[in-house]
Parts: sequence; structure tokens; C-alpha cells
Amino acid sequence: MSGPDLHRRRFLAAGGGLMVFFALPVRPAFAQEKASGPPLPGSLKESPYLDSWIRVDARGTITVFTGKAELGQGVKTAFIQVAAEELNVAPAAITLVTADTSRTANEGFTAGSHSMQDSATAIRAAAAQVRGLLLRGAAERLGVPAEQLVARDGIISAASGARTGYGEVAAALQLHVESAPSPALKDPASYVVVGKPLPRVDIPAKATGGPAYVQDLRLPQMVHGRAVRPPGYGARLLDVDAAAVERLPGVMKVIRDGSYLGVIAEREYQAVVAMRALAAAAKWEEKTALPDSAQLASLLQRLPTEDQVDLDQQGNGATAARSASARYTKPYLMHGSIGPSCAVALMNDEGLTVWTHSQGVFPLRKALAGLLGVAQERLRCIHVEGSGCYGHNGADDVAADAALLARAMPGRPVRVQWMRDQEHMWEPYGSAMVSEVRASQDASGAIVAWQYDVWSNTHTQRPVAPGLLLQASQLAKPVPVPPPKPIPMPEGDGDRNSLPLYKFPRTKVVYHFVPEMPVRVSALRSLGAYHNVFSIESFMDELAALAEADPVEFRLRHLEDPRARDVVQAAAGRFGWPQWKRSRPGQGRGFAFARYKNLGAYCAIALEADVDRDTGRISLGRVVAAVDSGQAVNPDGIKNQIEGAIVQSASWTLRESVAFDRRRITSRDWASYPILRFSDAPQSVEVEIIDRPGQPFLGTGEAGQGPTAAAIANAVASARGVRLRDLPLSPPRVRQALA
Amino acid sequence: MISLNVNDAAHEVDVDAATPLLYVLRDHLALNGAKFGCGLGQCGACTVMVDGRAVFSCVAPVGALQGRAIRTVEGLGTAEKPGAVQRAFIEEQAAQCGYCMAGMIMRAQALLEQRADPSDAEIRDAMDPSLCRCGTQMRILRAVRRAAGYLTAAAGGTSQRASR
Amino acid sequence: MARGLCRTAAGSLLLAALAACQTSRAVQQQDAVAPGFDPAVVRRGGELAILGNCISCHTARDGKPYAGGLAMNTPVGTLYSTNITPDSETGIGRWTEEDFFRAMEEGLAPGGRHLYPAFPYDHFTHVAADDLHALYAFFMTREPVHAPPRDNRLAFPFSMRGLLAGWNMLFLHETPWQPDPAQSDQWNRGAYLAEGLAHCGACHTPRNMFLAEERSRPYAGGEIEGWDAPPLEGTLAAASPWSEDQLFEYLRRGGDDAHGSAAGPMQPVTRNLAQAPEADVRAIAVYFASLMRTRSTTGRESSRSEPPAADVDAREAGGMDAGAALFNGACAECHGVNSPRTLAGRPLLGATTSIHADSPRNAIQIVLHGIRPEQGQRGAYMPPFDATLSDSQVAAVLSYVRSHFGGGAGWRDLEGEVGRIRSGR
Repeated sequence: MSGPDLHRRRFLAAGGGLMVFFALPVRPAFAQEKASGPPLPGSLKESPYLDSWIRVDARGTITVFTGKAELGQGVKTAFIQVAAEELNVAPAAITLVTADTSRTANEGFTAGSHSMQDSATAIRAAAAQVRGLLLRGAAERLGVPAEQLVARDGIISAASGARTGYGEVAAALQLHVESAPSPALKDPASYVVVGKPLPRVDIPAKATGGPAYVQDLRLPQMVHGRAVRPPGYGARLLDVDAAAVERLPGVMKVIRDGSYLGVIAEREYQAVVAMRALAAAAKWEEKTALPDSAQLASLLQRLPTEDQVDLDQQGNGATAARSASARYTKPYLMHGSIGPSCAVALMNDEGLTVWTHSQGVFPLRKALAGLLGVAQERLRCIHVEGSGCYGHNGADDVAADAALLARAMPGRPVRVQWMRDQEHMWEPYGSAMVSEVRASQDASGAIVAWQYDVWSNTHTQRPVAPGLLLQASQLAKPVPVPPPKPIPMPEGDGDRNSLPLYKFPRTKVVYHFVPEMPVRVSALRSLGAYHNVFSIESFMDELAALAEADPVEFRLRHLEDPRARDVVQAAAGRFGWPQWKRSRPGQGRGFAFARYKNLGAYCAIALEADVDRDTGRISLGRVVAAVDSGQAVNPDGIKNQIEGAIVQSASWTLRESVAFDRRRITSRDWASYPILRFSDAPQSVEVEIIDRPGQPFLGTGEAGQGPTAAAIANAVASARGVRLRDLPLSPPRVRQALA
Repeated sequence: MISLNVNDAAHEVDVDAATPLLYVLRDHLALNGAKFGCGLGQCGACTVMVDGRAVFSCVAPVGALQGRAIRTVEGLGTAEKPGAVQRAFIEEQAAQCGYCMAGMIMRAQALLEQRADPSDAEIRDAMDPSLCRCGTQMRILRAVRRAAGYLTAAAGGTSQRASR
Repeated sequence: MARGLCRTAAGSLLLAALAACQTSRAVQQQDAVAPGFDPAVVRRGGELAILGNCISCHTARDGKPYAGGLAMNTPVGTLYSTNITPDSETGIGRWTEEDFFRAMEEGLAPGGRHLYPAFPYDHFTHVAADDLHALYAFFMTREPVHAPPRDNRLAFPFSMRGLLAGWNMLFLHETPWQPDPAQSDQWNRGAYLAEGLAHCGACHTPRNMFLAEERSRPYAGGEIEGWDAPPLEGTLAAASPWSEDQLFEYLRRGGDDAHGSAAGPMQPVTRNLAQAPEADVRAIAVYFASLMRTRSTTGRESSRSEPPAADVDAREAGGMDAGAALFNGACAECHGVNSPRTLAGRPLLGATTSIHADSPRNAIQIVLHGIRPEQGQRGAYMPPFDATLSDSQVAAVLSYVRSHFGGGAGWRDLEGEVGRIRSGR
């Protein structure tokens, strides 16, 4: 099947052979939540019917549905493994359908490392029950008790040789039944597929030019749109002379709605040229909207806050012999997706279809409906992979651009691609943060009291309401913007991972939530955990130094959770921590540990680094990580995620901060926002997995970022005796500290 | 009309000579490999080969490329029969989101055609113009090393470098 | 190039004759130096080393700082910089302070061996004793690196160090630095640094057939490694004159909006000056701003002090000549009238020094090789086009830029120049 045909069949016909439409979450009366019963596994809680997750057609074709999206983290492969395992088929026999408001369950956002815990858990349970139903159906057909039947690779057979196919049985089966609360699952000891490093199903196409991304979508009659963004936040469009632009080759339409500007052209490059010309022809009134970036940390601590005490545990403890304190800061960080956000939208008589790499197609549908003033039933959002998003980037906003432009050109699919400067300047960043830690130690050095305060903006402005889409404030009829709110614990946002997993007699944690947002912010991978773990793990090292204790041994002294202890010891052991000696001046080692959200995967990191006194450069040598993700579904996927987290966090930690002047964001491309390149990647990265068969799946995508940052800062202290507390640990800062 | 030779096939495209090759590859020839990452020659997602050298197709006007040999990832192999470098990347699972991968493969191919047995430092240096935001650098470096071995073996030699 | 070599060869014969009359002083090599330097003096030495840009020449591409090994291509062959870390075998670990002074002031290593003036001791000879002392303290407290020096590859007779005795006789002026009482302290500070440590004239002053700076034409422009070092005494054909603030910004940030980015051999200089004490960089800016004013542009291109208002982005006009089409597709996303950078305030190419210069050499270098910022730092970034554009295409696009953005009369033999620069001739 050649390129364009493949697109058309795959993407348009997806709506064709459907069996069930998922409209608004209307629950049949008999499916009232059983408030008294035990909760169903994972996302079955919200979508309890088995056929929301697994379908088997009369030919025996197995389709698995998930409301989660492939972001490049490998969940498609992992879900297929889980389903294949319980259904006793080869992974190649599974077809997986991901987030589509017309076809899959509503699993909210693919975020927070929930995919394995929520979706894989549901798929596993559903698949196990479907297998059970198939066996029971076959038992009836064959007249053999179910316990004597074996289901494998699409065939159900008896010892006598009697057999029937999954499809034949399924044709007579009703899968629209609710899940049982605790279905019998396969014994992990018998796993054939789960726990194996199955190669990713999506990589071959990506390596050979197969269509894989929303950027690759080519629909018949498709045209190209571009939006013109204002020069800065809050700028107002005064005037635009679009006449010359309308005459440019290929230009079909210029759209203006209040301060919102866009252009549609036949060919993509024509749209780019036209958009640049339209931008030049526009006159804006700008505001001095941004604070002094040099005073960011103190600003955050001066703005009004809504304080919440996340923990106040006042036990009795030994008397304090001394106390210490420190303050850590972090700038705004960018997602910086390598492929700027893109969406395709088509408005016709049936309604509006949007192909999007949004992390949440259901919330997006609701927000778009509100923005456009149409009913949700007339909107369909289909997830198609984008480049790595690492959280809430421009994906939802570009979907809104595509929808707005498609509305102006009904009947033609409109593809909108953000330019590099648009993605850099308009994506919502990870919030700047400040933390202050204070602790007391007794005479032996043990920590007896711990107080942690953290200041941050919200880490979520995902478009759960239309007012949170970028265009909301630009349209002639603006849409109200809801006030920001923190995410409640135990997940948290700015306070994510602010509660140390260590056990201290007295611990107090206060989150100073700052509602006022000078700069657009939302969720960036690991949310507040990156900074909180950086702070906690840096401070643990500072306290260890005061106690003249080894950093690893000091942590173990305060760590009770056995899985945490295992991961710490595994990383230290593999690194060779106890016997390590520096091989040259300026070389140091650093250690850090965290359990993501105190609920997710455990990760410990030990690394070596060289700090050059004259250039201030930090070069990462050997990095060793140990991770416990519960039952490991795809070990290579876990390794890939941790390796990636380490390198990405190294980039954040060593290099990155969003730059702005008083009017505009000035980080508009890779030259003005440099990230780690090959020449600065670590010497080597090793990841050791501690597998826990039978334990719940723990999401791993965000477990490595915080520990990496602290391990690097700790290595700098080890190498040069200076403690850096302000991110990023850039060469000028290192040189200054060493001067 | 602009005449282009892409993956050993001749194409006539009716576009302005200024159009960057990237848009012609994707929009006119329906080739997905080269990707839009920045349009500024800063990230390498658009990397293709022209006359054996790695080039940012986003800043390469097609008017400059007539009569030259353009190669994209589609010309190296298919999912069923991947080329040596593609095979190495697949075997090393050298991707997370994979968006940068086609550009990485072309840059690696250009390197290995120039230099059969590069050192690790030479590989890092040659790949430097290509960005990976997911942090897959370690796997990509391993994949290039592995590909070097495949290409050397195919040419009948053995690598002098210890593989890791 | 061959012609230059012959002239230099002739010069060498003359020097050889002079050398025969000159007896080099034998110098006693002393043993280990006394440790224990005042940290404040070491810090001061570090600042001076930054101003002198020592690290750029004395560090190889992937080498340790100050351990030497950088290849320098000169008209007389390839020289490798020396290891100036305090390693006792392969560096200067056994140099006394006197040895250091002698090297800096006279170009002599311990034992009387002449150093090649690629090491600009003809400038360092003006550095005050206090500063030399601080520099010595700084270098003696670096991390010693064992890195044996690489052999220079100089053609005979330039490989004979003895000739340098004659060269020094003619061209080394060991006069102590004297401030000009008619000028401000800041000007004098800038002059002292520029003439001495910062050795600006080493690139920006033309050289005679002996490869010595022409003292009669200070800062009239020079050549280095295939690039032009523009004149700094006011004869520069700039689109707009340089103010002190603009010079300061250029030196500190690696570029200024009105004139363009530092590129090629000037990049390491500005990268260093970004870390130098601000007052010193400002002083250097003041000094050169004043030199540039003494001889203002004599109407050369000054009628085009602003680039013509290119009110239509070339891409919009469409259907133009080859150069325009190349510019549109290859350059306009950054350099076009409608590019985001331009709309955000960056001036058009007509303002840049390289487009305005009489010689296209720097513009060609930049187009072929691009500009990269220091690894991991914010800064100017331009991709290279040597693999994308042929010689005639580079010529076409540069021709277009020069004419369309008000750079001046067309460059002659542009395509030939591109070919020569591409092949390194």
C-alpha cells in the first residue's frame, strides 16, 4: 500500500467500520458505581465494560483499545505485551487503537506516568477476563469443561483434539459486560511476553520513512494553514493590511478574529511565506508584561501565595546539636519538542474532526467545543503521534489553530504546523521554583527535624476549559480564563515529591502556591519533582557532609522503605561507590535517589563528573542508575526511559533557562535556548532494573529527572568543594563559584 | 519546473526555485523521512544527503540542487529490508519519540561513507549538528558504532575498534 | 601565496646575516620554583590571561586547557602551541619567574631557545612587571598536564630558530609602556591592554615581508587563517560608524546588532572577553572607538549609511534571478525582511561588516562554514552551506545580498574567490 492511500485508509476510514461510538460519558442506569464494592483495576474504574478495552471479531482479530496515547515512551508496545500475555497470543496478533474520542475509553491525559498503572492494569484485567469468557464459551461449544481447555494463538483446544477458534467463540459472545473487581490473572512466573524486551512496534516505520506522526498526515484536498502569533504576551492587534498577502501565490484566505491572525494556502511553503508576510504587515500594541528575569527567584517569593501545609508531623526526637539551611532555585524550562506542534482539522456536515498529538483527546474535545461554540457530539479528536512532548506543549493550542482555520474553510482538511519560534515562545513552560530547606541534626549526625518550603506557580494549565487555550484571550469575543489551581496531593504539582521518603522524627512541608503567573506555564515532565528532588537530594548531601558521613550510607540511615533501600544499594554497588577514588583532580562523584511522587517508580543514580576550573564546564563521565518499576513489562522500554530522563535532565541542569526581556520571550530558537548536544552527552549510561514480578506496574517516564540533577550538583561539590544551588549549573556560574 | 534526482529517481516538480528541499520532499514527493524541526538549520531533523554529504534540507533551495544526487532515508531501505544503518538503529532501539531518527540515520550514513571506522570522538563530533530532545544520544551513538561494523563487514573488513 | 613565501625567504636570508652578528644570551635553567602564591594575585593573573586570550592558542581542539598542541597554519608552515601548564617535564613547571619574564618580553625560552613570534611576545613585551608576576602566579597554579610538544612543520629555512635573533633585532621593541597624558585613564587602560596583552595588532595590523607588523600602519587590517581582520583605525567601510557602546557589546557578547557577529578567529577572542573584567573590555572599546574616529569613513559607502528600505521581502516578489531564489530558500527564514529575527529588531545584512567589506573573504567563509556559538552557550548560530551550495551558487547569493542590501559595488571574481577559500588556498 503506497503512501497517500495508506494515509487515507488508516486515518479517514478509522471512522468507518466502527461498532460503538463513545459519546459523552453517559452511564446506563444499571452501571451505577458500586460504591460499596472494591474498586475495579486501573481505568476500569471509569470504564468498566470489557469491550471498552478488548474486542474480538468473528475472524478472530483482536483489537485492544486504550485511552492513552503513544508519546514515544513505548506504551503501545507495553500494552500489546500485556494483552498478548493474558490472551496467550503473539504480540503481532494484537491491533492497538489509541486515544480517540469516538473509539476508546476516556482516560483523561496521558501524563503523570499513569499509563502503566491505569491503562495497562485495565487492559491486563480485561484481557484476562476475555480469555476466561472465551474459554467458557468454547467449553459450551465443545462440551468440554473450561479447565480442560487451552487457549493459545487464536485456537482453543481440548486434549481430545477438539478445537475451535477465538473468532468462532467470540461471534456468539457478549463482551459488553462489566469487569469483575479482582479477576484471576496469569501467574507472573509463567510470563512469556511480559518481562521481555520486545522491540518497539513503531520504530521500523520511523527508521524507514513510513508515516508515523501527525506531521506526516496527508489527506485528500488538504491545505496548509499558519497562525501569526503576537510579538509578546498580551499584545493587541491594532491593524493589519492583508491585501498584499492575499495576493501572494497560493494564498486562499486570511483569517482575522480580534487579535487572532491566520492564513491558509494551497502549498505548505506558500503558507510559510504568506505567514511571514502577514506577520510583517501586522501592527501590534505591546505591553511591558514580563518581570526582570534577573530577579525571578525573589519575585516568586514576594508574590501573594496560597499556602498549604502538605505535611506536619511533629514527633519527638533527639535534641538538635546543630542546624543548617539552604535555598535552591530553578528557572523556567522549556519542553522544546524537536518537532514543533502540528494538527490537522476537517470541518464538514458531520462536524469537526481533529487529528492531534494532544495528551488528552477527551479534554481537548471539550475545550474546543467551548472555544468554537459547538456541541461536543459534533467534535471528534483522534490522537496521532507527534514528536516527544514531555508534558503540555503546543499540541492543544495548535489543534485549536487547526480547528479555527478549518472552520473558515469547510470541506477542506487544514494542516497547521507551528514554526520553531512559535513553539519556543508560546508553549507553556515548566514553572520557575524556589525552595528553602532547614534541618537539624543530632550529635551523631542523624536528622531530627526537617522543614521544607517551596514556592511555585501551578504546573498544570492543561485545557480542561476553553479559556486555557492560547487563542482564548485573542479572539474578538474573548473566553474567560479560569484561575490556576494546584494539583492536590498525593500527586501534587509544585509540591510533587516535596515530601521526602526518608523518615525523620519531625517533618514539615509547606507549599506556597503562587497563583500569579508572569510567564505562561503548565506541566513539564515530572512537574515539581525535578526541583524538589534536586533540592532534597542536594541538601541530604550537604547534611551528610556536616555529619562527615558517606552520602549513600547517610541516606540509608534514614530510609526504611525496603524497595528504596534496594535501589540505592543497587546503584551504589554497580557504580562501585565504596571503593571509588578520583582518578584526576577536578573529578568528583554524586549520588541521588527518589521515588517519583512517593508512589511511582524508584530510581537511584550515581555518577562521575569532571569540573574544569578554567572553563567552568561540567563533563559527565560514567552514569549508573538503578530503577524499580514494579512488574517490568518491557525492560528495554524502562531502560530507554531512564537513559532518556538522565540525558534530558542533564541538559536542563547544565544548560537551560528560558530567557526574556521586559516585553517578550527571547528564547526563540536553539541558538537562543541551547540544549545538550552529542559532544556533551555523558561518557556512558547504565541502567539496572530490579524486577518485581507480581507487583503493580509503576510508571517510569518521570523518575530519573530529579535524581540526575541532584547527582550532578553533588558531583560538583565532590569535585571542587563548592555547592551550587541555582539551576542551571552553567559554566559562568561554576567559574564564579570557583573564583 | 525543477528537476530533482531523489534516491536515484528523476522527478519534475512545479515549484518555485526558492522552495527548500524539505517541503518538496514531504509535500510534493510524499516522503516522510526528512522532518520539519526548525527550518533554520539548527536541529538536523531535516537532514538528507546531497552528493554524499549531510545537508539541512530546510535551508537548501531546490533551485540549487538540480543535477545532484539527493538521498533520503527512504532510499536506504524499507521496514522489511532495512539498510545497514537503519538496521543498526532498529536493533539498538535507538529511539524514544523517533522524530530525529531519520535525520540521525542520514547523518550517520554520510559519516560512514566518508570514514569507515570512526572513533567514538569522531562519531560524537560528526553527529553534533543533529539534536535529540528525548535524550536517546547514548543509543544513537551505539547504533552508529554498530552500523560502522555492519558496513565494514559488508566491505569485507573488520573493525579495528573494540565494540562496546 | 607562493609569492609571499619567496619574499619571506628573501627576508630570512637577511635575518640570517643579522643573526650571525647577534649572540644569543645563554640562560641558566633553574630548578623547581617556589610555590605559595597569594590567591588574589592568582585571580588577577587569571583575569589577565583571559585578556591575553592565552587559552585559545595554548589549547588543542579536544585538549586540556593550556596544554598546547593547537596547530597554527602560518605562511611559513605549521606551528604547534606549547604546553604552558606547570608540568615539570612537558610544560613550564621548572620555569622561574625570570624565565617567564624573559619569554614574555624577549621571546626566549630557558636555555636561550628562540620562540616563534606566532607567540606575540612583540606585544607582551609591553606588559608591566606586576601583571607579568600575576600571570606567572596564575600559570604556576594550573593543573599540570603531561602533554609533550608536537614538532613544528616549518619549511627550511624558517625552521632555524637562530634567524629569530635577527628578527628580534629589527622588530622587537622592548620599550616600556607609556600612557598618553593627553588621554583619559580609561583610554590609556584600553591602549595598554590592546597594545600589550590583548595583542590586537597581531591580527589587525598588516605584516611586512618578514612577517612582522608594519609599525607605520597600525591597525590598517590584516589576514589570519583565510579571514580578514578588518582595519580598526577608521578606514573600515562600515555601513554605520562604531560607537563605544557598540564596540563594547561586540567584544563582550560576540556581536552587536548594528554590525554583525564575530566569526572565525575573532570568535575565541570575544568568548574570552565575555569573561574578562567588564571595565577592561570597556577600556579597550574606548581606545578603538577613538582610533576609529581619528580617520572617519571618507564617503566610501557612507552615502548608504542605512540599507535601502527593502519593503518587499524577496520571497514575496517571487520569480527573480537565481541569487534571489537562493537567498529566499536558504537565508530568508533568518535574514529576510519578514523573518522573526528581523521583525524583532535585528538589522538586515547590509549593516554587517562582512557584507560591506571590500573583500568578500569573510562573507564567503561565513557562508561556507557557518557560525557556531560556544558549546552550550547562547549565541549566533548559522548553519554551514558548503555542502549545499556550489561555488557559483555561493557567488550568486553573495552577489545578491551585496547588491540588494546596500553593500556596495559588486565583488570581482567572486566565484573564483569562493573556490580558493573552499579549497583553503
